[in-house]
Amino acid sequence: MAGIRMQGIVKTFGKTTAIKEISLEVKDGEFLVLLGPSGCGKTTLLRCIAGLETVDAGRIFIGDRDVTDLPPRHRNIAMVFQSYAVFPHMTVRSNIGFGLRMKRVPKPQLERRVQEGAALLALEPFLDRYPAQLSGGQRQRVAVARALVMDAPVLLMDEPLSNLDALLRLQARADLKRLHREVKRTTVYVTHDQVEAMSMGDRIAVMREGVIEQCEPPMQLYTNPASQFVGGFIGSPPMNFLRGRTKAGAFEGEGFSLPMDGSRVEDGRELLLGIRAEQIRFGERGVPARVQVVEPLGATALVTVLVGKVPVKVDAPVNTTVRPDQNVSLAFEPADIRWMDATTGAALAH
Amino acid sequence: MTAVAAARSPRMNARTWDRVLIYGSAILLALWVLVPFYLIFLSAFSRPNDVFTYPKPLLPTDLSTETMQTFLNSTGVFASVINSIAVAVLTIVISLAFGAPAGYALARFTFRGRQAVQLVILASKMFPVAILSIPLAVAFLRLGLYDNVLGIALVHSAMALPFVVLVTAGVFAGVSNELEEAAMTLGCSRLTAFLRVALPLALPGLAAAAIFTFVISWNEVFASSILTLRQRTLPALVLFALQQSPLYFKFAGGFFMVMPAIVFIFFMRRYLLNLWGGR
Ligand SMILES: Nc1ncnc2c1ncn2[C@@H]1O[C@H](COP(=O)(O)OP(=O)(O)OP(=O)(O)O)[C@@H](O)[C@H]1O
Ligand SMILES: [Mg+2]
Repeated sequence: MAGIRMQGIVKTFGKTTAIKEISLEVKDGEFLVLLGPSGCGKTTLLRCIAGLETVDAGRIFIGDRDVTDLPPRHRNIAMVFQSYAVFPHMTVRSNIGFGLRMKRVPKPQLERRVQEGAALLALEPFLDRYPAQLSGGQRQRVAVARALVMDAPVLLMDEPLSNLDALLRLQARADLKRLHREVKRTTVYVTHDQVEAMSMGDRIAVMREGVIEQCEPPMQLYTNPASQFVGGFIGSPPMNFLRGRTKAGAFEGEGFSLPMDGSRVEDGRELLLGIRAEQIRFGERGVPARVQVVEPLGATALVTVLVGKVPVKVDAPVNTTVRPDQNVSLAFEPADIRWMDATTGAALAH
Repeated sequence: MTAVAAARSPRMNARTWDRVLIYGSAILLALWVLVPFYLIFLSAFSRPNDVFTYPKPLLPTDLSTETMQTFLNSTGVFASVINSIAVAVLTIVISLAFGAPAGYALARFTFRGRQAVQLVILASKMFPVAILSIPLAVAFLRLGLYDNVLGIALVHSAMALPFVVLVTAGVFAGVSNELEEAAMTLGCSRLTAFLRVALPLALPGLAAAAIFTFVISWNEVFASSILTLRQRTLPALVLFALQQSPLYFKFAGGFFMVMPAIVFIFFMRRYLLNLWGGR
């Protein structure tokens, strides 16, 4: 009943185009993550949905309503700001209850919901404090609680966990996810932390310079990135890329040649071979490489090898025997390779 | 050990020297400001005839309120104080009513010619009131504003407005726009978001601006003397009286004029530092 539909959204600030042209549909109850590097327009897109920015072109629908020209308060949304934006002149209690007071929710109900919101984010001990007396992470939780208690059908969150420490962040991530499962509010969640995106999103929309490069469920995004950018952005370590050229049914890179079913690709085309770190094995035959660094990470070891001059990351068992400066061969299944066009970075259909 | 101590002592000396310099200059500056105040105070609170004693006793051995009483009881002083207060309050109301919204607009919205507006506001401070006074007096006579509290308040507002606009712009710029936006996503309109979030947060700064305006109006003498005849404000009265009253009377008047400024700065210095040091 309250999905979000964006059609051809464009937003410019003077000469900078923050949103080039975005059409995106968020289904009712879906948890959509907006992921992208700093400055790619995530916050701007969220603010357009919230009604804090007027779009230059395009329409925005929430539910069945065209909200493009409505002010924020008539859009039925709640928002968590990147900078928290908690009111410094109000106690935590008044902050959380602010929206409900604006909606003239009767007092007993208001107090109950503030209590619930505070409990959910472990803020009960701080209810009578002012924001200045809280840590950054606690302030951020106030901002989340303030948005949650609104019970708005659409929840917009701009990096709500960015200032929590690692442990609290893990906890809050799980809490938000559980909360979403229980209430099923349509959620747009901005982050530039791809682990957070992978773990929370029903779908992830990867943004780059004001456009959405790919919008798909996390695993699909991971295994079939639509472009070099997505492959390089998703996953830790990111996807490896080797540059080369097709020649007589083979892919010729720097110092190696791999047979490929050349039937699909014409000769002499510049390509990128994309392969994930965990899909590379050290084998007898394959791409020759030289080991540079071995980093034991606990469960696995991250090995950096050089193919020609290009560093490639390999996920190896922690008891791997390779040592720096050793010459190795990298082997992988043809099915795991993702081919991209070297000039556009776009994935080839397979 | 001794080597360490030897290495440290020159640096300690340098620090002590820094301190001496800083405190020395601070004390000099303070004396520069305080000594005249003190002399005025001494003369205002000594007996009328003691004004001419020389050299002056450095310590107030012989205080008396006689001079002040004479001053306060002399004709017109009480009425002019009332006038001054009325004018100042009116000035605050008028200049904040017009200046604060302008300041808010300058702080919040980027519009074409914003820089120019800021510059013009500042430039208007350079326009000498003296040149305006005669045409103003004529215009006020026609409009029935001559010799009228409201008339002076209007002139004072014109003088205080540039200041109020720029200060309130600074104050509102210090209140994050995102706070208002957050309020707007939580059910507020632009107006209620302003009233519930921006205004309370700006209040200390606005209060400082108001009191500054008060002092501007309280001390203003030129327009007040030209545009009034009987409805004198205190400075106009003192100026008028200066020519024909004894010296002790002048001291009492001076003291009475200076007091509000001192009290104001004493209570407002925190806000002033914020205003000028911050944004
Ligand atoms: N009010 C504004 N005026 C001018 N340019 C702006 C404004 N807001 C954003 N921009 C520009 O639009 C682009 C997108 O900004 P946006 O804040 O949406 O990035 P983001 O993806 O949220 O980045 P981050 O992860 O750092 O928060 C940036 O290039 C930014 O400089
Ligand atoms: Mg952002």
